[in-house]
Amino acid sequence: MGLEIEFKDLSGYPIGQSNWKQASYTMMKCKSFLGSSVGQKFLVAITGLGLSGFVLTHMLGNLLLFVGPDAYNLYGHKLTSTPLIYIAEVGLIVLFLTHFGLTMKLTRENRASRPVAPNQLPSNVVKRASFASRTMALSGLMILAFAVLHLVTFKFGTYYETTVDGVPMRDLYRLVAEEFQKEWYTAFYLVCMVILFTHLSHGFTAAFQSLGLQSSRNKLLKRSGFIFAVLVGGGFFIQPLYMYFWGGN
Amino acid sequence: MKLHLKIWRQKGPQEAGSFKDYSVDNASEHMSFLEMLDFLNTSLVQKGEEAVQFDHDCREGICGSCSLVINGNPHGPETGTATCQLHMRKFKDGDTIVIEPFRAKAFPVIRDLSVNRTAFDRIMEAGGFCSVNTGNAPEANAILIGKETAEKAMDSAACIGCGACVAACKNASAMLFVSAKVSQLALLPQGNPERGRRVRNMVAQMDQEMFGACSNTGSCEAACPKEIKLENIARLNREMVRAAWVE
Ligand code: SF4
Ligand code: FES
Repeated sequence: MGLEIEFKDLSGYPIGQSNWKQASYTMMKCKSFLGSSVGQKFLVAITGLGLSGFVLTHMLGNLLLFVGPDAYNLYGHKLTSTPLIYIAEVGLIVLFLTHFGLTMKLTRENRASRPVAPNQLPSNVVKRASFASRTMALSGLMILAFAVLHLVTFKFGTYYETTVDGVPMRDLYRLVAEEFQKEWYTAFYLVCMVILFTHLSHGFTAAFQSLGLQSSRNKLLKRSGFIFAVLVGGGFFIQPLYMYFWGGN
Repeated sequence: MKLHLKIWRQKGPQEAGSFKDYSVDNASEHMSFLEMLDFLNTSLVQKGEEAVQFDHDCREGICGSCSLVINGNPHGPETGTATCQLHMRKFKDGDTIVIEPFRAKAFPVIRDLSVNRTAFDRIMEAGGFCSVNTGNAPEANAILIGKETAEKAMDSAACIGCGACVAACKNASAMLFVSAKVSQLALLPQGNPERGRRVRNMVAQMDQEMFGACSNTGSCEAACPKEIKLENIARLNREMVRAAWVE
């Protein structure tokens, strides 16, 4: 025992302590890291990549639309009937809330750092920054709005029933086919996928930068965002088109 | 050559500023951009008007004092060139040139085109140094440093601390500057012992100064007169993770 004097440096980090209790030391380390803009961007990157993983598997799962109603419905049934789905859903919500909350906080702070909005400058040459990179907050909010509508339309949409191999299950295929018979809905969906494309094309690459993994040597990692966005965006693009033209019968 | 200038005039930090039109009639294309402004100022003073205040010192691209946003570009339209190294031959006769100060919350305008960049000094004071006095330079082969590492450290050390990266960034983020300073020292053995503490404190100071976070847009790299690479920012991020994990 003895006097407990806390020596902290600028970042709130303990220094010169020989008898630090391990737990509180680790806490302080975490607080110092996550309190910094770099640490917060690190979390945005991790959660962004998690959500990217989700959209990728979602897109791959939807490819079963091309196989046929039974395959698609069976996949949906299998997915929703395991108890693991609740864990996955909770995980997804946590990923989403962290990503959303932190990006909104950082966007506000970033705005405050710049006393004049870029478009108020009389001449603004946007230095190299891509359109996608400058509009991440907006595209993100649009994806959020879309996601909510998407859940309402499909997850909480009309419940048709069907039986596959004698097992009764939800006929989601029918609902999908119906929705994509509407021109306006298909058009709206496609526009949203373009927005998703721009968000991913910047976000996926940028995540690896925030994690500190980019280097000028690794050209593939730099292009990974574009490749990933083409893959996911492209997949989500052809599915509604297919359902619009061939899904009716 | 004849030039039309739209220059930001502002009396002080609290005052509201605005653009004023000036014209320069016989500037030479051999003048540097700053000489052209000197030329303008001479004529203003002769007319009894107030000279335009702007920052400069070495005028050879090494001190980082000059600034200006020229036609929307920090340090002007040329890549890898500081304002003092920009020459009027890069413009055309009869051009209109818009000249503004660097704009960031952390860089308040002092007057006209001159901004207060002491926030950078405070970031340096927070950790941009080696606190151990190592005495005279040791024998060159005593500490071996790989060629690639030495080159990288040298590239990072080229940062002149001008703040163009902040001016170019939509978030007014100072990440390129801080990452260059952190990299330069983290790559070399002399900077190694204080590596973790340095990066944590410099980033903490950077956040405190109200610079924005990094959105990875790459504007800073495009604006930097010393062509400091984004790779440095990745290294800074890596250093932060390392500091939280290892130390
Ligand atoms: S990184 Fe480049 S733009 Fe930023 S302060 Fe250093 S030299 Fe200037
Ligand atoms: S005046 Fe020194 S770098 Fe331009």
